[in-house]
Amino acid sequence: MGQKHEISDETIEYVGILAQLEIDDTQKEKAKKDIGEMLDYIDKLNELDTEGLEPMTHIFPIQNVFREDEVTNDDGKEDTLANAPVKKDGGFKVPKTIEG
Amino acid sequence: MSLMDKTAYSVGQMIKEKQVSVTEVVEETLKTIEEKDKQVGGFLTVAKEEAVEEAKKIQALLEDGKLQGPLAGVPIAIKDNINTKGIKTTCASKILYNFVPTFDATAVQNLKTAGGIVVGKTNMDEFAMGSTTETSAYKITRNPWNLDHVPGGSSGGSCAAVAAREVLCALGSDTGGSIRQPSSYCGVTGIKPTYGTVSRYGLIAYGASLDQIGPVAKDVRDCAALLETIASYDKFDSTSMARKQYDFTSALTRDVKGLKVGIPRDYLKEGIDEDVKGAILAAAKVLEKEGAIIEEFDLDLVDYAIPAYYVVASAEASSNLARFDGVKYGYRTKEYENLHEMYKKTRSEGFGEEVKRRIMLGSFVLSSGYYDAYYLKALKVKRLIKEAFDKAFEKYDVLLGPVAPTTAPEIGKSLTDPLKMYLGDIYTVSINLAGLPAMSLPCGFGKNGLPIGLQIIGNCFKEKDVIRAGYTFEQATEEKYIQKGRV
Repeated sequence: MGQKHEISDETIEYVGILAQLEIDDTQKEKAKKDIGEMLDYIDKLNELDTEGLEPMTHIFPIQNVFREDEVTNDDGKEDTLANAPVKKDGGFKVPKTIEG
Repeated sequence: MSLMDKTAYSVGQMIKEKQVSVTEVVEETLKTIEEKDKQVGGFLTVAKEEAVEEAKKIQALLEDGKLQGPLAGVPIAIKDNINTKGIKTTCASKILYNFVPTFDATAVQNLKTAGGIVVGKTNMDEFAMGSTTETSAYKITRNPWNLDHVPGGSSGGSCAAVAAREVLCALGSDTGGSIRQPSSYCGVTGIKPTYGTVSRYGLIAYGASLDQIGPVAKDVRDCAALLETIASYDKFDSTSMARKQYDFTSALTRDVKGLKVGIPRDYLKEGIDEDVKGAILAAAKVLEKEGAIIEEFDLDLVDYAIPAYYVVASAEASSNLARFDGVKYGYRTKEYENLHEMYKKTRSEGFGEEVKRRIMLGSFVLSSGYYDAYYLKALKVKRLIKEAFDKAFEKYDVLLGPVAPTTAPEIGKSLTDPLKMYLGDIYTVSINLAGLPAMSLPCGFGKNGLPIGLQIIGNCFKEKDVIRAGYTFEQATEEKYIQKGRV
């Protein structure tokens, strides 16, 4: 059976941008095939008539769970930074994001 | 009988009756792990010093009469996607190779409050994505029943360690069968609770609408006691449900008289091994003899659960795993020119193949132009699947079926064809989509000598029906399927 969903280079590059992943040329062919095959399979869902149905995000009807915005912990700065790959002056250090 | 062959519950009692000290139990556990784990490979981290220290503290609390629960002093292994304060937690991924949590997951906190002792972190499929524990970035885990076979996954390390009697009990997590399927393959008992029963706070998210932490142990009693200990309403998890009762151990009675049990006909049709089918039907006979009313019926939409699941789980994974970018924790690529390049290189080098495959699929189904056709469609099908179960539970108290179509496959045979591997999840994923509780417990052995698991599925919040049916099966069969692996 031939693959129905042909994923284009353009689509896979776009997926790479969304997923924040580098996809080199060899991986690209494999990714196109993998996603295509999965989509062929997922097409099975189209056999079902779901017209007018409400999508179900959660099983139980719990809506917004609110609580008072009260501070119950200390500042936790050291804990927050404890696992940072690179830190500086009490903050996460990242490469420069603006010119100048 | 060695200490490690006993149940967690009976060791807990021995500790209380001063037949053995907490330190002795912890040391016996550490010694056994050292001996057996070279072969099995169930652990990623053994928290030796921490456990020995903790044992002294728990012993003192016990002597002061400050700990009453059944698991006080019992060593427990924790799957490596559940945060443990001060103990490395990697999700079996390179991207979290050095991550040491600064807080405990609520489930772990609850265990500690009850006197449980964390002895180590268990191997798993990377970020819980897989059915064999082979996608771990660190090592494979072997099935204690036959070292050439996989333990299943993704909680393969937890289940293998319990099966090998390296540890009395463990925690796993279940997004699409990740507690039940390896329990089945390793011949141990595991429960996936109703969604919202155990807090997900501190569980590193894969598919947040599907994930639940649950117990893995030798028998139903231990699982019920562990579940009772870790379950709680938690304001730190907005999907946590405040339940009226958490007394799961009160359901440990041998009594299924009049219990209505449905077997979905589609669960026993083509694709299932004859050995597995035979064991499930034999188990049904056992319950029937105990007074249950057994009926086969048509559960709708069985074939649609896997495609719906992979859309929903991948979509949620792509969003949940966006946080791993080399800024806040874990791995960061060595060389980069700018922020964007750092993100991309970090993630490409840090994630394994299966994780990237699911992130890509998830990003695709959520992208504009495809969102309605795939993601929303899957959520609508999820509603239909939930309704099919609602209909079944109007008639039946519990459902019975296999956990997986086969016994544990050989190492190296599954990953080459991901789609085929996904199809093995046919009996487990729908339970997560519908938020239901389900248990896997050993009910036989295949011709190859590998364990077969029985799945008992309950309606939402009806864990007690599941536990009662499981316990009755165990008692009626004189616990003959509760056996240790061959290492």
